Amino acid sequence: MKYALFLGCTVPVRTMGYEMSTRAVMNKLGIDLVDIKEFGCCGFPLESIDHDTYLSVAARNLAIAEENRLPIMTMCSACNGSLLKAHMAMNDEKVKAHINENLSPLGRHYNGGISVKHAARVLYENIETIREMATPIHLKIAAHYGCHYIKPSEIYEDFEDPEVPYTIEEIVMALGAEPVQYENKKQCCGGAILGIDEAVSLEMTKEKLHHVREAGADAMVLVCPFCDIMYDVNQRRIESHFNDTYGIPVLFLPQLVGLALGIPPDELGLRLNRVPVRKLLKSLGD
Amino acid sequence: MEKKEPIDMNDLDPSFKYEIASQHGGEHIMRCVQCATCSSGCPVASISEKFNPRRIIRMAILGLKERVIKEDFVWYCAACYTCSERCPQDVRIPDLMSAIRNIATKEGHIHPAYKEQGRLIGNMGRLYEVTDFENERREKLGLPKIEGKNEEIESIYTKTGIKKVIT
Repeated sequence: MKYALFLGCTVPVRTMGYEMSTRAVMNKLGIDLVDIKEFGCCGFPLESIDHDTYLSVAARNLAIAEENRLPIMTMCSACNGSLLKAHMAMNDEKVKAHINENLSPLGRHYNGGISVKHAARVLYENIETIREMATPIHLKIAAHYGCHYIKPSEIYEDFEDPEVPYTIEEIVMALGAEPVQYENKKQCCGGAILGIDEAVSLEMTKEKLHHVREAGADAMVLVCPFCDIMYDVNQRRIESHFNDTYGIPVLFLPQLVGLALGIPPDELGLRLNRVPVRKLLKSLGD
Repeated sequence: MEKKEPIDMNDLDPSFKYEIASQHGGEHIMRCVQCATCSSGCPVASISEKFNPRRIIRMAILGLKERVIKEDFVWYCAACYTCSERCPQDVRIPDLMSAIRNIATKEGHIHPAYKEQGRLIGNMGRLYEVTDFENERREKLGLPKIEGKNEEIESIYTKTGIKKVIT
């Protein structure tokens, strides 16, 4: 299988460990990733400003993937939702004609034939291969699904259950690890309103860190750069803001999968994680 | 918590709900029965009294346009889609909030955080600048170089007319 890797804006600049581990794990699974330099912003922030502009910016990427005859794989859940929603909106012929007119000065055109998949979904589709290849890792993992990996469910059809999501935890189990249950598992990270009201946003993040600690998890696992910025990058800030300590390592799902597949931690970008993962790696015998 | 003052009928714009309903995402506003399924499961509302989706919908239907588009509460929706999955009337609240934000933007009340994001994306084609510094770092980590500026998005802005709102 071959995909056009859609990096988006945040992953290649702020969460390089996610990109490294995704590339390394996909390579190990025999999945080819193609880099396309023309890809740009997915359009997500523009949905709040002007719907027409959002659709055009998103569709531009779909058109580029179509020119390259490749399905898209995203790492950011917001990119995934944004591109998929635009793809579906363009099933309407009138919308498609209008957006293509916006794209015509660029010499681009989207016919509607591109599939968009989240990297975690691709991992889930390869779960049996992962299970066979994995050396069991005995850790208690708190899975964080975030929002746009599973919602709105109408764009993901039957892939997940938005009220009782399971795909990440099934992957965790395929690695021999134990998914722990914790209060308010589906809660949003709060990243979307960090620029609107920092205090509210950080409190949303803190709530989950609190529940994850209560459940006795060794680490959190997630699939979106924004969620990671909240739980990993901002964890120290939350600790000082609320005068508490969490020290919860936060891994991207491909980092955890990569460890089980025997990929060296350095190739998974684990050194870039903000909350130290040394103890965690030590417990795995590295 | 906002001050509880009686609503002055002269402040109401009864056409506001139709304006919202004619925007993409706002089509189902009049279906709302004020059941509060949205606000009771909302992760933002559980922390801040400032955001309450049910109240915003009620205010919009009543026609309190000025307050809805000028105050910043409509920008507090995290678009987590929790309410959207549960709403018995399929009001599609996050899309509805986007529709109201689109109207607010058109009337000059875009939130500064979004204005800045829109400006950056228009200037560079992406939200974060990729300089030699980032590319050198990427190279050290074995990651491919990212091309800098992307002019196609600026050209889309010109075509859709959003350029003047953001710059």
